[in-house]
Amino acid sequence: MKNSKNLSEPLIRLSKNDAMPPWKAWCVRAGAVVAAFIVCAFIIVILTGYNPIEVYVAMFKGSFGTSGKFWFMLQKTAILLCISLAVTPAFKMRFWNIGAEGQVLVGGLATAACMIYLDDALPTVLLIPVMIAASVLAGIIWALIPAVFKATFNTNETLFTLMMNYVAIQLVSCFVTIWEKPKGSNTVGIINAMSEIGWLPTIFGKKYLLNVIIVIGITIFMYIYLKYSKHGYEISVVGESENTAKYIGINVKKVIMRTMALSGAICGVAGLLIIAGTNHTISSNIVGGQGFTAIMVSWLAKFNPAVMVLTSFILTFLGRGASEIATTFRLNESISEILTGVILFFIIGSEFFINYKINFRTKHIEEDKK
Amino acid sequence: MITLIFGFLRQAIIQGIPLIFGSTGEILTEKSGNLNLGIPGIMYMGGISGVIGAFFYEKYGDVSNVFLCVLIPFLASLAGSALMAFIYSFLTITLRANQNVTGLALTTFGVGVGNFFGGSLSSLFGGSGGTIALNVTGNYFKTTLPFADKLGLFGSTFLSFGFLAYLAIAIALTASLILNRTRIGLNLRAVGESPATADAAGINVTLYKYLATCIGGAIAGLGGLYFVMDYIGGAWTNNGFGDRGWLAIALVIFVIWKPKFSIPGAILFGGLYIIYIYIPEFTGMALARSSQELFNMLPYVVTIIVLCLTSMRKKREQQPPMSLGLSYFREER
Amino acid sequence: MKPAVPAIELRGITKTFGKVVANKNVDLTVNRGEILSVLGENGSGKTTLMNMISGIYYPDSGEILVDGKEVSIRSPKDAFDLKIGMIHQHFKLVDIFTATENIILGLKDEKGFDVKRASAEIKETCEKYGFEIDLNKKIYEMSVSEKQTVEIVKVLYRGADILILDEPTAVLTPQETQTLFSVLRTMRDYGNAIVIITHKLHEVLELSDRVAVLRKGEHVGSVVTAQADESSLTQMMVGKKISLDIERSEPKNPTDRLVVENLNCVNREGVKVIEDISFTARAGEILGIAGVSGSGQRELLEAIAGLQKLTDGKITYINPKTGTHDNLRNKTPLQIRNLGVRLSFVPEDRLGMGLVGNMDIIDNMMLRSYQKGHSLFLQRKAPRDLAERIISELDVVTPDANTPVRRLSGGNVQKVLVGREISSAPTVLMVAYPVRGLDINSSYTIYNLLNRQKDSGTAVIFVGEDLDVLIELCDKILILCGGKISGIVDGRTATKEEIGLAMTKYSGGERE
Repeated sequence: MKNSKNLSEPLIRLSKNDAMPPWKAWCVRAGAVVAAFIVCAFIIVILTGYNPIEVYVAMFKGSFGTSGKFWFMLQKTAILLCISLAVTPAFKMRFWNIGAEGQVLVGGLATAACMIYLDDALPTVLLIPVMIAASVLAGIIWALIPAVFKATFNTNETLFTLMMNYVAIQLVSCFVTIWEKPKGSNTVGIINAMSEIGWLPTIFGKKYLLNVIIVIGITIFMYIYLKYSKHGYEISVVGESENTAKYIGINVKKVIMRTMALSGAICGVAGLLIIAGTNHTISSNIVGGQGFTAIMVSWLAKFNPAVMVLTSFILTFLGRGASEIATTFRLNESISEILTGVILFFIIGSEFFINYKINFRTKHIEEDKK
Repeated sequence: MITLIFGFLRQAIIQGIPLIFGSTGEILTEKSGNLNLGIPGIMYMGGISGVIGAFFYEKYGDVSNVFLCVLIPFLASLAGSALMAFIYSFLTITLRANQNVTGLALTTFGVGVGNFFGGSLSSLFGGSGGTIALNVTGNYFKTTLPFADKLGLFGSTFLSFGFLAYLAIAIALTASLILNRTRIGLNLRAVGESPATADAAGINVTLYKYLATCIGGAIAGLGGLYFVMDYIGGAWTNNGFGDRGWLAIALVIFVIWKPKFSIPGAILFGGLYIIYIYIPEFTGMALARSSQELFNMLPYVVTIIVLCLTSMRKKREQQPPMSLGLSYFREER
Repeated sequence: MKPAVPAIELRGITKTFGKVVANKNVDLTVNRGEILSVLGENGSGKTTLMNMISGIYYPDSGEILVDGKEVSIRSPKDAFDLKIGMIHQHFKLVDIFTATENIILGLKDEKGFDVKRASAEIKETCEKYGFEIDLNKKIYEMSVSEKQTVEIVKVLYRGADILILDEPTAVLTPQETQTLFSVLRTMRDYGNAIVIITHKLHEVLELSDRVAVLRKGEHVGSVVTAQADESSLTQMMVGKKISLDIERSEPKNPTDRLVVENLNCVNREGVKVIEDISFTARAGEILGIAGVSGSGQRELLEAIAGLQKLTDGKITYINPKTGTHDNLRNKTPLQIRNLGVRLSFVPEDRLGMGLVGNMDIIDNMMLRSYQKGHSLFLQRKAPRDLAERIISELDVVTPDANTPVRRLSGGNVQKVLVGREISSAPTVLMVAYPVRGLDINSSYTIYNLLNRQKDSGTAVIFVGEDLDVLIELCDKILILCGGKISGIVDGRTATKEEIGLAMTKYSGGERE
């Protein structure tokens, strides 16, 4: 008499789980990383036939093996962390700024322009402050354009900032052809290679130390800014509920623009660090997708600047390590992107098990007993 | 001059074809409320899957069989890109992950897979290493209508493409028809606008989202296949596909989520992409190389302008699908 | 009377959301050919229960029988297959679709997809029941009552024979309500089962054949309407017989505090939502505002709080210290505060506007005070003390002050909000539906707090829905209807009938 098809409770039902303690949540994430590495091991074996343990060891050695490698790794982490910190306040406000790539790039472009055009005009002591101002300003402008439209017309910021990236890339390509050296190479070459004018100084004999110190400074600033400042509080309120923000008299438009300006400014600084502090040249792919990776760094860290130190380190390590094994085992470098992708999928997926509770069907057991 | 204009038009169409595939696929996806920023990765995957299919068939199969030579890369491409879209769907629909982050990770992954296999496929499988050249398959894909040459300018401008070009246009028109004229389209649009409403009306929201995203991904992947097989002629160059995936996403906004407009839109974008080559010929003026890059900027700039204008006009029909970017959980309170 | 044929039987239905028990062990029967009212206060679990029948939620335990067969309703589609149709309080319509497209959404086509033919068929349904509706109009161009009509036509067109309506009259004018009732009666006479969720007693008595009463998620009993009256139903709803007995002190030398003149404002669609409203709120008095929900109460309070742009009018605040008159019109909340106006506002939407759900109690305390001082940094000491004080004084049930407020129950959320708003010693206090969803004890805590504010010389404006409360609590009651004032009465002498009549005086109310 009973319609058994209709009777069965769904096999799996979901419900929200608000209350997972943080330590448990981090265990789930760690588990996801472990699982990801296991899957990656299979991928490595299938694609290359090498022993994955050896490959992982090589990855480790490749990233940390020598002091030079270690510093290179550190500086890479610093840049990625810097960009991640830049996008974080916007994300906390639920403003999906995926235009960091472009904002960094125009910051770098402004830096390079200063280095190229002002090399004779200003002494280095004055040039560097000008470069800082120019890169920050460029980043701010690039970030403010979508912010103004978002605040005034509610223009979709994800799509807008995404498009701004490619405008920036083309802009840089354009300047590369103007500045190219030697002619016909389609590259700018090392800017001021001989005079080193406009290069960020080497301190304590370590090439990238200044970069690292600046980024540590920004990290601390951002942590305090988000957690203890009134601005940071306003960002959280606007992000959580625009209605509440209006209700307590927060000028939402102003907060959106101010926060995006900050976001852009730090991106500009990142551009400065890449151009004047590291590569001393510019090309349209010099940011190398870190503007996008930064989004994942920030999101994986739940927008917490302290945790971002860790997540940016992990993602840099993956990229670096993989490109090292690529050389060691004569593989294609793109394997690092594959492995990064797989690991990201796992971490992204693991959030589900933190936010939701899965209830398996229990009813049929009772039915059997009857 | 006429020849020149038609030549330009032909090139614009060639450049536009991958964008038609990409944007049509992305429109279907976005109509279900999924903002798939993994489309660039998916298009790479579509390309490389086709390459892999062709590589093995040329190696072990009978290359004189035109039908299989085309069908196998075609199916491989569909399967590869649909698989990518499935990963995205599983993460965002079933596991309700953030769509932006998932999409970007997918792009990283897809570009990585493309460049990895593109660069080392032949060395992995006992070849000489180096770049892949699949001339036979490429030529089959490039085969045009036999009477195209005989129809003069019209024939050479509009009929001188491989079959994928016509497929792109057919798919865009079909997608338009399905979205606007059928029950499935109505349901799909409802899912993207308001999944709760669609759910209450008895529509299987999850199924629609999965299907739209996977089919959309498969269509977009064909853009990658067209690029490597027809445009390049069966070779793989790392990052050769460039930013066309993002351009396809831009096109979605430019045509305000209407697939039929993506045909002229893609040709326009394609034209803007290459107009720098033709400007000197049209005007007789030499063009600085720097302004080429500025011309390449144009598609993005016009997209931004369209995005701004539609948001300023606030016309309801021209906005992105209402629930774009949000995951749906029925028991949300 | 014919023997009752059960259409739906619920047995032991329980549903919880986290720690909140929405329904507990509910047994309920809906018969064919009858209209059943599900009566209960706000938050008594009526909607949750019905959502389980319509497939929105799945019960944690219990059984649902339709036509005597045990069924599992896993999705709205399952419900639809069982010919169950629900009209939700928040309409489930796609804004950019036309009425026809919405009505046919999700259906199976037996003869192919043909909008025109469907349109003609829908027209027939409309004519049969006497609905007037433009089927080609887009939903976003429609008024609320038009949208509701679309919802009902949708369910009817789909051939539902079990119809559930969630507070359908809240947004309707009296005439529209009568039209709806006659349709429902017709449907009942065809042998359909109809469930109407409501908390309006007169509707229950007028329309339904049987009443099921829910209280705190439990089914406390069902009665045949003919054998019930308002007081017996109220008794079931609230549990024990309570004459409210809210203490009301005499106003002590009331002075004018807030003078509102000729307020007008339009909503985003350009429809007038408040029209020529003038009144004076006096210090030391509670001014009640009564009206069917959506009569302009929200816009009125938001206009005073600086959240709504006015098209016309004047809001004058008379500063008790300096005696100066300040015009608050079109000032932002911040500007109002900077004028030295201590205006507190407990909005209707507590977690969406008054508080931030994901923030803890301390950070929520800070919402009002964080801007004080010139420091760039937050001062968490004072808000922490305030949070601790509110928790202990108002008996807020929470693990500690660091708990996100979304984890608290409705009553405790409200205590946190009201506690914060009165902590700044306001000179004007506006509260919107402050006891909605609260249990009796919490409600009384709130009434006492308001009375204390009144006694300390605050001008209190109280927007309520329960007429008994308004009459017992307020000194003066202003009645809104369709965005206009339809009466101002003295709380001590007014009768419910008088207010109820004024609430439905104009044929307005066509708005959200």
